[in-house]
Amino acid sequence: MIQFTAIYVLWMREMIKYVRAKSRIVGAVAMPVFMLVFLGLGFRRVEIPGIPDSISYIQYLVPGILGMTILFSSAYTGMGVIMDRQYGFLKEVMVTPASRISIVMGMITGGATISLIQATMMMLLSVFLGFRLPEPVQIAAALLIMLLISIIFINIGLTLSSVLKDFHGFNMIINFIVFPLFLLSGALFPVTNLPAAIRVFSYIDPLTYGVDALRGIMIGFSEFSLVIDIGILLIIAAVMVLTSGYFFQKGEAL
Amino acid sequence: MSAIIVTDLTKKFGEFVAVDNVSFSVKEGELFGLLGPNGAGKTTIINMLTTLLVPTSGSAVIAGCDIKKNPDHVRSKIGIIFQDPSLDIGLTGRENLEFHAMMYNIGTEERKKRIAEVLSVVRLADKADTLVEYYSGGMKRRLEIARGLIHYPRVLFLDEPTLGLDAQTRRSIWDYIRDLNREYKTTVILTTHYMEEADYLCERIAIIDNGKIIALETPEKLKAEYKSDSVSLTIEGPSDPLIEGLEGKEWIREIISRNGSIHLRVINGEEDIPRLFRIAHETGIVISTVSLDKPSLEDVFIHLTGASIREQDGTSRTAIREKQRRRLMR
Repeated sequence: MIQFTAIYVLWMREMIKYVRAKSRIVGAVAMPVFMLVFLGLGFRRVEIPGIPDSISYIQYLVPGILGMTILFSSAYTGMGVIMDRQYGFLKEVMVTPASRISIVMGMITGGATISLIQATMMMLLSVFLGFRLPEPVQIAAALLIMLLISIIFINIGLTLSSVLKDFHGFNMIINFIVFPLFLLSGALFPVTNLPAAIRVFSYIDPLTYGVDALRGIMIGFSEFSLVIDIGILLIIAAVMVLTSGYFFQKGEAL
Repeated sequence: MSAIIVTDLTKKFGEFVAVDNVSFSVKEGELFGLLGPNGAGKTTIINMLTTLLVPTSGSAVIAGCDIKKNPDHVRSKIGIIFQDPSLDIGLTGRENLEFHAMMYNIGTEERKKRIAEVLSVVRLADKADTLVEYYSGGMKRRLEIARGLIHYPRVLFLDEPTLGLDAQTRRSIWDYIRDLNREYKTTVILTTHYMEEADYLCERIAIIDNGKIIALETPEKLKAEYKSDSVSLTIEGPSDPLIEGLEGKEWIREIISRNGSIHLRVINGEEDIPRLFRIAHETGIVISTVSLDKPSLEDVFIHLTGASIREQDGTSRTAIREKQRRRLMR
């Protein structure tokens, strides 16, 4: 049972709060901007094995940073749920007749919209560092991939938020899950450069396929074929939506 | 017809039994109170009735819907004002109300009308477009009450509605609750640990201690049943002749004499004061002042649980210990 009004109002709330919280916007893009600027400029002249000569490091880096932006801002949607629980607002949401699935969908659409806005800002900023934007069709395709990545990580965040109820625990998990996911994903360097034992973890990291797909679309270079990337992303996204839906349905609101 | 029927409701958190086999029913349009110390299980009962917690066993039917089988329907018929704040402080008052109304699927026109209506009920119309962050505690509480009313709930749950508010705000909130109950015929169930609140508002009160209902009556009956009135007299001259005259009267439960004043516990103060005067007149004693104290629910509570409500803190384990200590002291 999906109630569109409920989804809309939850989405709207996220938007209103996002626009009001200027510091959140700055805070969310600060980290990817630093990464982009310092790594992009610092490794400008370095030849990294696994990246063809025809592709400059900045071209290689930008899709990775976009993946990172999506990862961080999506995972923090779960943080929003923890905050709402802390401030009691989650109870107010849960006591309304809106179905649990509508509530989860409202949270996903809100979080995904914010992630995409931030990634778009990053994409535009990267132009100043010499990134050559692809054609509009490719940008649109890249946004769809980013939406998929965002759905995956929002649902991981939501699942964690319904299991871990306190703020500090969630913060720690974010640091111990989100950072490794980012570093393992090949956002900064080709995962083929990692030792085989570590590379295994790269291949179970959903972001690896997300970043790879973004590269395939935006700069025409990828490790796997796009079909494999997108197929894997779709499967993981479906599994994660069902998982977080299950936890919200079953979990008690308090 | 009953608005709420609770049957053998139980909630355990691990080994701890927070709510123990509780049964009661609330009539439609009634103002019903759950009174008890902190940690007695009031909020747990409310959370189960509002479908936020799943009962360990037992059931409850609210406005015809079962809380276990049909939680979504229950939620559409109830309103709740939580004990702890539950507003989004990053939104304005009006936005909080709009959010709520939309979650209840109230159409645009109707929504505007009702928001204006509830805002005027709680007198927040002029502050509606201020961020809730800048509201005072009383304003936040009033906004929460307004929010609980927007969807015209059949049953309204109020969990400690005036906790931590100043006396003036508390009184005005009591009046809102009363008016609401009368005008909209809303069934109201409230929890409180303020005696005056239960006494002032509720038609019937269930006293809860350690997860169990230990008394369920109208405030008047509770008071009549468990406590007598107390009369204090000051007299001119020696008091002994009067005390002798009063001893053995079946309507007097206790006589305490203390330097010139006499304290009596009697069954019905209004009827018994004239009798006292008659006896004093017969024994030739002049009464210079008289005062009458009606029993408070607090006295009833102490009688029933053996502990004053204010002295208890948090966990029921300390409540039990406190009770045992008091029993030993008697």
